[in-house]
Amino acid sequence: MGFKTVDARGLSCPQPVLLTKAALKKIEGDKLRVLVNAAVAKENICRFARNSGFRVEINNIEDEYEIIISED
Amino acid sequence: MSDRGKIILAGSVIGILAGLLVKFGNPVNMGICVACFIRDTAGAIGLHRAAVVQYIRPEIIGFILGSFSIALSTKEFKSRGGSSPILRFLIGMFVMIGALVFLGCPLRMVLRLAGGDLNAILGILGFAAGVLIGAQFLKKGFSLGRNYSQHQLNGYVLPAAAFVLLVLLLTAPPFIFFSTEGPGAAAAPIFISLAAGLIVGILAQKSRICMVGGIRDLYLIRDPHLIFGFIGIFVFALIVNAIFGNVQWGFVNQPIAHNDGLWNFMGMLLVGLGSVLLGGCPLRQTILAGEGNTDAAITFLGFLVGAALSHNFGLAASPNGVSLNGKAAVLIGIGLTILIAFLNTYPMTADAGKEVVKHGV
Repeated sequence: MGFKTVDARGLSCPQPVLLTKAALKKIEGDKLRVLVNAAVAKENICRFARNSGFRVEINNIEDEYEIIISED
Repeated sequence: MSDRGKIILAGSVIGILAGLLVKFGNPVNMGICVACFIRDTAGAIGLHRAAVVQYIRPEIIGFILGSFSIALSTKEFKSRGGSSPILRFLIGMFVMIGALVFLGCPLRMVLRLAGGDLNAILGILGFAAGVLIGAQFLKKGFSLGRNYSQHQLNGYVLPAAAFVLLVLLLTAPPFIFFSTEGPGAAAAPIFISLAAGLIVGILAQKSRICMVGGIRDLYLIRDPHLIFGFIGIFVFALIVNAIFGNVQWGFVNQPIAHNDGLWNFMGMLLVGLGSVLLGGCPLRQTILAGEGNTDAAITFLGFLVGAALSHNFGLAASPNGVSLNGKAAVLIGIGLTILIAFLNTYPMTADAGKEVVKHGV
């Protein structure tokens, strides 16, 4: 069970969600780790992942967010 | 409150305030227009000399300071920048040029429809077309690159400038212009405009409302979240307008509007396209600027300069129609924006994010 990472820090809307979407297509049972540093990106990615039927876990690391997305 | 609840609340309140601002004296169907109001402010400080549109709009000051205040209090204020700032300035200029050919930003586009101005339909169609074109580049990996943490001072500049504008508005020194007739003279009392602007700034920052995101997200990720905000604004502005008798359905003789359908379409196409590449509509850029995003602040300056050039070079439309210069500027703007989009598109590989770093830095 591996981790794929998407570094979406500092990117404008809607790149963080689009990169997450592209990565989720190839997730194949692994977990996806998405790094963002804006609250709005965190919210958008969480909403997208949940609406797509994935499980979402958020870790605050200083002023960045680590979002772990896994298949439900 | 859920995200969905927040966005509907924000849209509804913004729609109501927009309707009320007209009742209190703002131009009809222009309770809030980010483009027009930045243009009016540009005129007030002398960047252009079109006498009928010169006034420091307190609403703009309110959007920036409202966003600034709420972002500071929720610790979302962060000085960030460095994502292709000069390209954003340029795209911002084109977005303003397009908006001043249609005679409205995407928010005014919705408010015009809520006042019965059916020319806004052409605007909405053009806007959607521009968003769809921009979205193709987004799908293929368009990015203006990352932003980075900046020294705190950078993020405070635009909020400080907004405060200075407020002081200039209230003290009215002789070098600040105030229209005595035309749309620039139609304004709600300063404190009502400022209060409304602050409320909108706070709600827009918290809800992340964005007119461009509405259509963009529906298309790209089938998410109707932001569209609810768009609809909320329309419905409630329509209700308030209807209550005060400010609805007049039709295409001709609409307030501060022309009925050149093709150029209403093309002007808003440029706005939609540019805004998608920027990552947000003009209102959203203004809110982001208040949060310390210096790229958005630079985009705001692009709006300001674009507005000044629009009037100085005869690009801006009027109720009499669109000038040849304006048409040429829109076509050039669309061409250059597409070129920028094309040159900043990188294939999205399986190493999502890495490609952006390699090319975008």
